[in-house]
Amino acid sequence: MTGKRSRFLLTMLCFGMAFLYIPIILMMIYSFNYSKLVPVWGGFSTRWYTTLFQSEEVWAATSLSLKIAVMNATFAVMLGTLAGLALARIHRFRGRTLFTGMISAPLVMPEVITGLSLLLLFITLNQMIGWPASRGITTITIAHITFSMAYVAIIIQSRLAGTGQDLEEAALDLGAKPFRVLWDITLPQLAPGMVAGWLLSFTLSLDDLVIASFVTGPGATTLPMLIYSRIRLGLRPDINALATIIILVVTIGVLLAGWIMLRQQKQLANRQ
Amino acid sequence: MTQDSPYPWREEGATPFIKIEGLSKRFGSFTAVDDVSLDIFKGELFGLLGGSGCGKTTLLRMLAGFETPTSGSIFIDGADMTHVPPYERPVNMMFQSYALFPHMSVEKNIAYGLKRDGVNRSEISDRVAEMLKMVELSEFGRRKPSQLSGGQRQRVALARALVKRPKVLLLDEPLAALDKRLREQTQFELMNIQDQLGVTFVVVTHDQEEAMTLSTRIAVMDAGRFIQIGEPAEIYENPASSFIANFIGSANLLPAKILERHGGVAVLEHSGSKRQFKVATDSTQVGDTPTLAIRPEKILIDKAPLNQCDNQLQGTVREVAYLGKISTYRVETDIGEIIEVTAPNQVRPTGVGHKIDWDDSVHLGWNADSAVLLAE
Ligand SMILES: Nc1ncnc2c1ncn2[C@@H]1O[C@H](COP(=O)(O)OP(=O)(O)OP(=O)(O)O)[C@@H](O)[C@H]1O
Ligand SMILES: [Mg+2]
Repeated sequence: MTGKRSRFLLTMLCFGMAFLYIPIILMMIYSFNYSKLVPVWGGFSTRWYTTLFQSEEVWAATSLSLKIAVMNATFAVMLGTLAGLALARIHRFRGRTLFTGMISAPLVMPEVITGLSLLLLFITLNQMIGWPASRGITTITIAHITFSMAYVAIIIQSRLAGTGQDLEEAALDLGAKPFRVLWDITLPQLAPGMVAGWLLSFTLSLDDLVIASFVTGPGATTLPMLIYSRIRLGLRPDINALATIIILVVTIGVLLAGWIMLRQQKQLANRQ
Repeated sequence: MTQDSPYPWREEGATPFIKIEGLSKRFGSFTAVDDVSLDIFKGELFGLLGGSGCGKTTLLRMLAGFETPTSGSIFIDGADMTHVPPYERPVNMMFQSYALFPHMSVEKNIAYGLKRDGVNRSEISDRVAEMLKMVELSEFGRRKPSQLSGGQRQRVALARALVKRPKVLLLDEPLAALDKRLREQTQFELMNIQDQLGVTFVVVTHDQEEAMTLSTRIAVMDAGRFIQIGEPAEIYENPASSFIANFIGSANLLPAKILERHGGVAVLEHSGSKRQFKVATDSTQVGDTPTLAIRPEKILIDKAPLNQCDNQLQGTVREVAYLGKISTYRVETDIGEIIEVTAPNQVRPTGVGHKIDWDDSVHLGWNADSAVLLAE
């Protein structure tokens, strides 16, 4: 590659990065702004963080969001792991291709449509069997599980597809019954993928505004919903502070997930 | 009892240890193993030899229980194993990839099979230690497989497969990943272990030299079928077809026609040059058109005439390959065929004019009983 061309590419990369990250960095800086008017710099201060922690509304939304995120991540990992295992390990069952396609559909489906269809589902269910009686934390969690599970299934499936069945067959050969093999051999191999899937599901849930807005009910306000409703009344510095904290948490989650997946890839490469 | 004979397969009516009857495996419309039958005896080191994709691994996987036969049956030590799952078979397999459990230490890997059998703890640790000692890895018990060299991993895999004292040990290209020196060393180790433990081994390989070194008997496979089963020397000296003659070692193949036959010796005519040769045979008829096969090392090569030989040719050396202990010569002969000859380098080729070199004219000779006739 010539020097000129690589310099060009580097410039483009910088532009792209700037476009992505300057707004976020600006927001983070302004969260430490003393002034009540967002665009006016009034000196460094952490007063908006203090305000934030004193607001009961914020605490309620945070705890709701965290509860949903944890439950979502846990169930998504359990269901997604099973789905991924079935996709990668069961030989040519009927409709396998269809199933593989369907599991990845939630990843590309517009959120508005996912949200709307889930809302319709909950309303219909309510009319038919009286459950869920009201919409709120349960419905949001279920909605989040549906798409988080797809991510987990894909992580698990790709991990298994790369390994072949030698280890499982070796264990069978040594006298382990199939369930034992799953427990002793398959799951330990999948552990890093499951942790990564958990972290990813957690952050996805913490992030989500659209689907949660569709399926929520009275009284259940998640953190993103709270931010969105406050922003509509005008830019406020305490929201900048809140967003900064969320970004921090999400970044840590994604980095951790990425690091775990990278490490497992290296282990895989070492084995060959 | 016939079981005590070192060559039970030579005996009429000996009881086989593994009995494979009419075994087939089809994947969709493709037949990977095609109606094979085979008897393997207790304590044998049986070699499965064949080109890539001929169905060796598939056959082995059916013996281990990972693949369900489309038809046919497998008996091991008198019991029908055809539909028994792998975890209930008295069979262990050493995988081509070793398949060591990466999250367990070497000790845990070896102990795994014993734990599943509910062997008590002190016996497990004794037997694991004994195995580690046998494969000379006693100091490596605490390591993870990723911290071992290729040869060490392979020995762990062997120990893990042997620790349960299976009736049958299956090995799928056990030595393919090793370098030549380590491979030869391990071949001898394998033979020693087999001697000590009396386990019946079935070894898959596509290296014919390895098969010859290791095996009591060899089955040569092609396209899912056995094309010859026999002791290594038998297959080498009496190949059933020209395919086998060329697959196991190499051979000069000359198309010929039988002219006359006196007792055990026939006179035949080379199809191209009409030159006549003598060959020892006891089954051919006058008028047959077999292929005459002569192994390169069974032909003498000299600059002087070889009058002591039954059959002689003259020719010019077109190529010489010096391989250290032997040399291979490709000689363009007066019957219009290129003949390959190998000869030991007994004398250091120092003096000019002594050794055989490119473009030298040479005499070739072989005796009637050095060549064989192949029907196809
Ligand atoms: N699960 C499968 N599905 C379809 N075809 C298969 C399957 N397993 C094996 N085959 C085919 O069966 C044939 C025999 O395969 P097998 O693995 O037994 O060959 P092999 O003799 O072990 O070859 P190699 O020396 O290359 O290991 C091959 O043509 C292969 O493509
Ligand atoms: Mg194979």
